[in-house]
Amino acid sequence: MTPPTTADRLRARDEADVVETVRWAVSEGRTLDVAGSGSKQALGRHIQTDATLDLSALTGVSLYEPAELVLSAKAGTPVAEIEALLVASNQMMAFEPMDYGPLLGRPRGEGTLGGLMATNLAGPRRPSAGAARDHALGLRAVSGRGEAFKAGGRVVKNVTGYDLPRGLSGSYGTLAAFTELTIKVLPRPETLETLLIYGLDDATAAKAMSAAVGSFYDVSGAAHVPFGVTGHIPALALAGSSVTALRLEGVPPSIRHRREKLEGLLAGFGTLGRLEAESSAALWRALRDVEPFAGDHKRAVWRVSTAPMKASAIGVAVAEAGGACFYDWAGGLIWIEMPDADPRAELVRGVLAAVGGPQSGGHATLIRADAATRAALEVFQPLDPVTGALVKRMKDGFDPSRVLSPGRMYAGV
Amino acid sequence: MSQPEGSAAHAAGDVEYHALVMPEPKRDVLARRAAIIADLRAIVPGEGVIDTEIEMRPYESDGLTAYRQLPLAVVLPSTTAQVSKVLAYCHANGVRVVPRGAGTSLSGGALPLEDAILLGMGKFNAILDIDFDNRTVTAQPGVTNLGITNAVMHNGFYYAPDPSSQIACTIGGNVAENSGGVHCLKYGLTTNNVMGVEMVLITGEVMRLGGQHLDSGGLDLLGLIVGSEGLLGVVTEVTVRILKKPETARAVLVGFPSSEAAGECVASIIAAGIIPGGMEMMDKLAIEAAEAFVKVGYPLDVEALLIVELDGPEAEVNHLIGRVSEIASGLGCMTLRASTSEEERMAFWAGRKAAFPAVGRISPDYYCMDGTIPRKALPRVLSGMIDMSAKYGLACANVFHAGDGNLHPLILYDANKPGELERAEAFGRDILLLCVEVGGVLTGEHGVGVEKRDLMPSMFDETDLAHQQRLKCAFDADGLLNPGKMFPQLHRCAELGRMHISRGQVPFPDIPRF
Repeated sequence: MTPPTTADRLRARDEADVVETVRWAVSEGRTLDVAGSGSKQALGRHIQTDATLDLSALTGVSLYEPAELVLSAKAGTPVAEIEALLVASNQMMAFEPMDYGPLLGRPRGEGTLGGLMATNLAGPRRPSAGAARDHALGLRAVSGRGEAFKAGGRVVKNVTGYDLPRGLSGSYGTLAAFTELTIKVLPRPETLETLLIYGLDDATAAKAMSAAVGSFYDVSGAAHVPFGVTGHIPALALAGSSVTALRLEGVPPSIRHRREKLEGLLAGFGTLGRLEAESSAALWRALRDVEPFAGDHKRAVWRVSTAPMKASAIGVAVAEAGGACFYDWAGGLIWIEMPDADPRAELVRGVLAAVGGPQSGGHATLIRADAATRAALEVFQPLDPVTGALVKRMKDGFDPSRVLSPGRMYAGV
Repeated sequence: MSQPEGSAAHAAGDVEYHALVMPEPKRDVLARRAAIIADLRAIVPGEGVIDTEIEMRPYESDGLTAYRQLPLAVVLPSTTAQVSKVLAYCHANGVRVVPRGAGTSLSGGALPLEDAILLGMGKFNAILDIDFDNRTVTAQPGVTNLGITNAVMHNGFYYAPDPSSQIACTIGGNVAENSGGVHCLKYGLTTNNVMGVEMVLITGEVMRLGGQHLDSGGLDLLGLIVGSEGLLGVVTEVTVRILKKPETARAVLVGFPSSEAAGECVASIIAAGIIPGGMEMMDKLAIEAAEAFVKVGYPLDVEALLIVELDGPEAEVNHLIGRVSEIASGLGCMTLRASTSEEERMAFWAGRKAAFPAVGRISPDYYCMDGTIPRKALPRVLSGMIDMSAKYGLACANVFHAGDGNLHPLILYDANKPGELERAEAFGRDILLLCVEVGGVLTGEHGVGVEKRDLMPSMFDETDLAHQQRLKCAFDADGLLNPGKMFPQLHRCAELGRMHISRGQVPFPDIPRF
């Protein structure tokens, strides 16, 4: 065989192929970009590798036992296939993984299970149900040493050994290439409704959302969409003001009871409204997939996680710079769209550090920017020197030859 | 280097009884004991360093009381700066360190070593911040699990993970062990409820992970720290999320003629889309012991008893109580009672919560095991335990976190009878190996510690364990933090780091490319 070229996608057929490919790359001093379907290639720092290690042919659900709340599948299995299978048993991935397709200008439904875990996807249910990391039970993977290993298990409660399935979530393929993952799945709520509050400013909305999620009434989604951004969401386009949305899921008698209680709790905040199940589902999907910022793919987009009550200060600073934003996770997640391709990193990271005070204020990730910008800037929240050195030592342990997606997250890692 | 060292008891074929072998003490450290204690006193003055045998005795063991060892010295720092200096000193001088919270570990996670200082975190007992608007509490690691709930309950909030030792166990220990409890199927383990930590590495470097925000935005180091059993660093501050205490909780007490039927009921409830706040099973021996102890009216003619607790908004709980009752009735339950008052609900739980001391009343000693299985394997595992009980001549009572498949067999023995402890331990090992055989794991919430250390190869091969240990190497290259725990063999990091693929040696694989 002739050696591969930069353009090559090396499509592994099984775990043994992954092992052989990584061993070859180590032996030849080559680098590999670890990818599934490629739907998230535009996330992270822009890197150039000698070839792409394509895991999209590693497909298939190998275990699904609804009564045990567990599912295992090969890393390249499409998320859409898994979701369809779960729906048939009235179950779901409770972390409500977002689909980056609309935001990154790609079709919906391209993502794979491996990519979902490698980027630690989440959705509006994150504050109550967790992210992908919270549902990671077990894995098989190939490290940059060209060795296949496993970690975790296939039961929902397990503390045997280090929690590598969680520890490798969000590693963007830089420590190991996943070949098979086991996740916890949960029952799907019977139905849903959304309570709306019109006309709140960002800071007041944060208070209303805090009151709602801190109540007895199991609010499974709390988002605030400033006026203007509302125009990009069909369910809110005619609101004529900002909209704060609170989702209730479960059995119908429970939803009715909780909505009535919440209406009483929140009546003082502003005019209330309501969305039935179908338009609710469309609204929360639009928020999950950041559809308001899917229109102009040249504009820079940030994803910022912070303490919910600190978020509005960040939103105000962004608005002053001409940017737009909306809030999910009761305020704890801010999606920011800049007016143009300039990400204004100093502004975003500066205001995040300022709201944090002596502690870290959270993390800001540059999600959408052109390749040159993502090559030049820190895309992920910069690490302090102690953490940065530790992460390098982890890379030394798992991928000493810097074969797997080197630099995708941090320079030298 | 490999550890345990010089172990005759680990010879191949010796499957009946393994003596626990800890790492060989470092002779040079033992020889320098007086100087080391003097140096540590300079860092943690006054009563912060304990070195007399009588004062060190309370620290010689944790909740796994079969194993005891006096440490080199006990060090009780009270500030992060002191922890940092102590660890930097130990790092520079090759002194091993065993961290300890309240010492309630059931797996020997805080078992001292002769040549290691025991770093007690009990003085870190302050709650630093309560933030109801952001729903977080930041506490020092020596605050008890229940102490966090007590600090926020006046506003109707609580901290969800509730290990049975919650009155005594510390939040720092919970982070080390990734502690669970009866509510974790619905509300998660410690790892799902911890948002940030301040941690000191063995080098003395202080790092912060997370905070009042969700997720890491990159590598999930916090996810690795939780459950690392004190092998990666010493946590000096913890931020957790707090939840609103559910408006209502009601429980159903259901008796079944067989544990198979009870197991089927559990599976049917989950298949119906219901995730109870708690779902516990007890077998006949556990029911009898509990009823004899607390007299709450448990049915004594059933083989298995389920407590199913639904919590949440009142309308939902009442609706779901009805559905669970229908499911249980449809599966031929012998008794069915739904609580109609808080007193009745608490009475249902009183027997389950007293199950361990209740078993303690009918037997001089008991050994509490902790494995998780796929629930469908329950009949096979229970019948296996009946066979083992006959083989070892020891009785076994079972309490079971039924929702998540976490078994707690209690093996009854008498430590004063020669050989019974060893038989109980061998019985316990056989149970855990059976858990692994049916697709389960060695520990659901108690940790590996020293107790299950030597069983790790039943779940993980050498390559799996080597990858875990490379993580250890990134944090603690000299293996000074809590050695002898979790891993059956400690390899030198230099040996683990070596690559065995040479340049130009591996041909390009014959795989499709595009």
